[in-house]
Amino acid sequence: MIEISNVRKNYGDTIVVRDVSLQIPRKGITSIIGPNGAGKSTLLSMISRLLPLSAGTVTVDGLDVTTTPSDVLAKRLSILRQDNRVGSRLTVRDLVEFGRYPYSKGRLTAEDRAQAARAIGFLGLEALADRFLDELSGGQRQRAYVAMVLCQDTDYVLFDEPLNNLDMKHAVGMMKLLREAADALSKTVVLVLHDINFASCYSDYIVAMRDGTVVRHGSPQEIMTSEAIREIYDMEVEIQETQGRRISIYYT
Amino acid sequence: MKFPLAVSAVIILASISLLVGAGDLSLTALLWPQEGQHATQILLISRIPRTLALILAGAAMAVAGTIMQALTQNRFVEPSTAGTVESASLGLLTVTLFVPDSPVIVKMLVAAGFALAGTALFLRILKLVPLRSVLTVPLVGIMLGGIVGAITTFFAYRFDLLQSLNAWTTGDFSGVLRGRYELLWIGLALTLLAYFVADRLTLAGMGRDFSTNLGLRYRSIVSLGLIIVSMVTAIIVVTVGMLPFLGLIVPNVVSLMMGDNMRRSLPWIAVLGAGLVLVCDILGRVVYYPYEVPIGTIMGIIGSALFLFLLLRGRQRLA
Amino acid sequence: MRENRQPIRALLILTALTVGIITLFMSLNVRGQWDFILTFRGTKVLTMALVGYAIAVSTVLFQTVSHNRILTPSIMGFDQLYILIQTSLVFTIGSAGLTALDPRLLFAFNVGAMVVFSTALYRWLFSGSSRSLHLLVLVGIVFGVLFRSLSSFMQRIIDPNEFVVLQDRLFANFNTIDSNLLGIAVATILIASFFGWRLMHVYDVLALGREASINLGLDHGRIVTVILMLVAVLVSVSTALVGPVTFFGLLVANLAYGIAGTHKHRFVLPVATLLAVICLIGGQLILERVFAFDTALSIVIEFVGGIVFLALLIRGVAR
Repeated sequence: MIEISNVRKNYGDTIVVRDVSLQIPRKGITSIIGPNGAGKSTLLSMISRLLPLSAGTVTVDGLDVTTTPSDVLAKRLSILRQDNRVGSRLTVRDLVEFGRYPYSKGRLTAEDRAQAARAIGFLGLEALADRFLDELSGGQRQRAYVAMVLCQDTDYVLFDEPLNNLDMKHAVGMMKLLREAADALSKTVVLVLHDINFASCYSDYIVAMRDGTVVRHGSPQEIMTSEAIREIYDMEVEIQETQGRRISIYYT
Repeated sequence: MKFPLAVSAVIILASISLLVGAGDLSLTALLWPQEGQHATQILLISRIPRTLALILAGAAMAVAGTIMQALTQNRFVEPSTAGTVESASLGLLTVTLFVPDSPVIVKMLVAAGFALAGTALFLRILKLVPLRSVLTVPLVGIMLGGIVGAITTFFAYRFDLLQSLNAWTTGDFSGVLRGRYELLWIGLALTLLAYFVADRLTLAGMGRDFSTNLGLRYRSIVSLGLIIVSMVTAIIVVTVGMLPFLGLIVPNVVSLMMGDNMRRSLPWIAVLGAGLVLVCDILGRVVYYPYEVPIGTIMGIIGSALFLFLLLRGRQRLA
Repeated sequence: MRENRQPIRALLILTALTVGIITLFMSLNVRGQWDFILTFRGTKVLTMALVGYAIAVSTVLFQTVSHNRILTPSIMGFDQLYILIQTSLVFTIGSAGLTALDPRLLFAFNVGAMVVFSTALYRWLFSGSSRSLHLLVLVGIVFGVLFRSLSSFMQRIIDPNEFVVLQDRLFANFNTIDSNLLGIAVATILIASFFGWRLMHVYDVLALGREASINLGLDHGRIVTVILMLVAVLVSVSTALVGPVTFFGLLVANLAYGIAGTHKHRFVLPVATLLAVICLIGGQLILERVFAFDTALSIVIEFVGGIVFLALLIRGVAR
């Protein structure tokens, strides 16, 4: 379980995340939604110790992220931020194998290599394994990063906007894959998502943020109501139920 | 598979380097020494040290350039485009002024300290620059180098040390003799250290977030990298003078060949760096025989021409 | 109304300052023969005024053509190109023939070759529509290094034993001002200024950018060529007289934009010129009389100029 208590982030007088307390349950997919500037990405970065906290504590399975050694955390939790621009010319295989770094420290065992090959296969990247990252399209690169993070094989996997750069087909493919990771590999997946319909269709739990605070949290059923969306986004939407899933119609 | 080929090429170049020069030295003279010839002495006192110095300096500088590029995540940075060289010269000038009789290792350490401070300042300034484009980074470095260089020149001029300053800033191996190059073995040790932490340096090259996610302490690897780069630069400035663009050309070429996974690429970078330096030095020795053109000048021509090629070739990608 | 008055007031104040500084420079600490000292110092003042004018005007015009505030002819390697051409000429004639040749004839050759080569090279660089500014700067700097290395290579080959002597005799700097050339320099500048003056109405339009000026009916390509030729001539004059000064133009031009408070060239150009003259003569005066250093002026200019350049990058002027 990820336990967030009284976490705050401020830059001088600007408060980005204000005293958030939240528990993210083990197993399944938790999506964080909310308008631009709500503090979603900042919160995710603080959970994953990429950004220091201004106040409060975050613990992952009881390990405090600010005091636990980074290499210990790297075996529990992995994070992929959005807009990754890796300038290094690495092959997809190199990149994915680096996901084993927390365990191998650079000396790859046969088991590490097998794990990397599985992750590459999981993301359907076999044909591209020996290509350099800078020769791939944005969507292929995004899949390579996801493969690396999955190869890290941590209980908690955090993604900031994993659907960036992906077209319709690949976006759905990615969400299905994350669902599979949660169900078959029993991982805890935490996502920041822009598209509330994806959040609705694939998450077990939704956290809605606005102005640096958590305004609502609950099951997709509880969040996907006209009233809740109005509170989160200041927007009137119609919620329709199709095939047992709640979809918001917000295009017109 | 091709690596042994590259190594043999360097060995051939090294043998040529042993035989080429102003003093008469041929295989026959070596094998059947005659009265009044000093072939063996030339070999032991001058040629072998010079050739070793070339190999050590070339390998260390090329690797230092690679490390700089990983730490700044920028292809166009190396010690001479980051203010490192100029800072090392300033340090060397300072120690020459205040403690002129200090042993060479002390001078080297002071120069390394200055180089470290200068490079850290460079990274600090980079954080201040808004909208960093790929090319602002070396631009900032070159300007910083210019400023530090102006300070150094000013004091060198005041205290009549311009000639020494010139020796530090233009590479020249013609003065390398037994007893005057051994510091470069430390450079080899640092190169090996870099190879030992190659995985961590590669990770650091992927950026702070990536490396933190994988449990790396980003700050400490950056510090280690900076220390290696500063020491190598200082050693080279103290012993043979600066080799411009070497740390830029070789890593870029190797990166195109085989990518940036340093576990694989560092041996290549070291070997090709040594090879390029050998070629340039041999050229400098034969192009206007029996006079020598310093390697700094030759590298300046070849290096800047290749750098221009790299810049203008990837134009669309950079713009 | 205030906007109209500021440039005029700035011009008046600067003119007064210039006159004051020249008077001070001519009359301070005169002992002994007035006529000798007046000629001696008069030559110096005239040289510095010419250099100031050449650098200020060439930089402002170059920045107008390239639409930015950080590129200057010297940063783009114009000075080094001039020196390279000069060295190549000497190289072909041979150092023996050099003494027989009238330096003014050599200068005329130099300027001619400079105009041809620089216009060709930089038109090629500027011809692409979407070159990033930072790429241009970096390419220019590296061109500078290439030209400098080539020159120093050729100087070695001309006479390796007297390399340093040759370097001093051939190439002027602030302490060995080449006043033999004053006459022809004045004539060259007058002719260039005549052509420059006739284009005065075009500069402000040109500053709007390529598309805008074509839309307003300008023959953009032709005018850019003419201006580049003009710049080449001006840079030749200043480099022939005092050697390369990398950052001075940048400093003066950016100060001038601020002080003039307008972008109209008929104000910016004279303001920049006066500023340049004040800085050169004033700087020389202070360094010579107050600190008793005689040759540090170019070093100080590099130092201050480098800092200004970094500040411009940090403030994001150079996008």
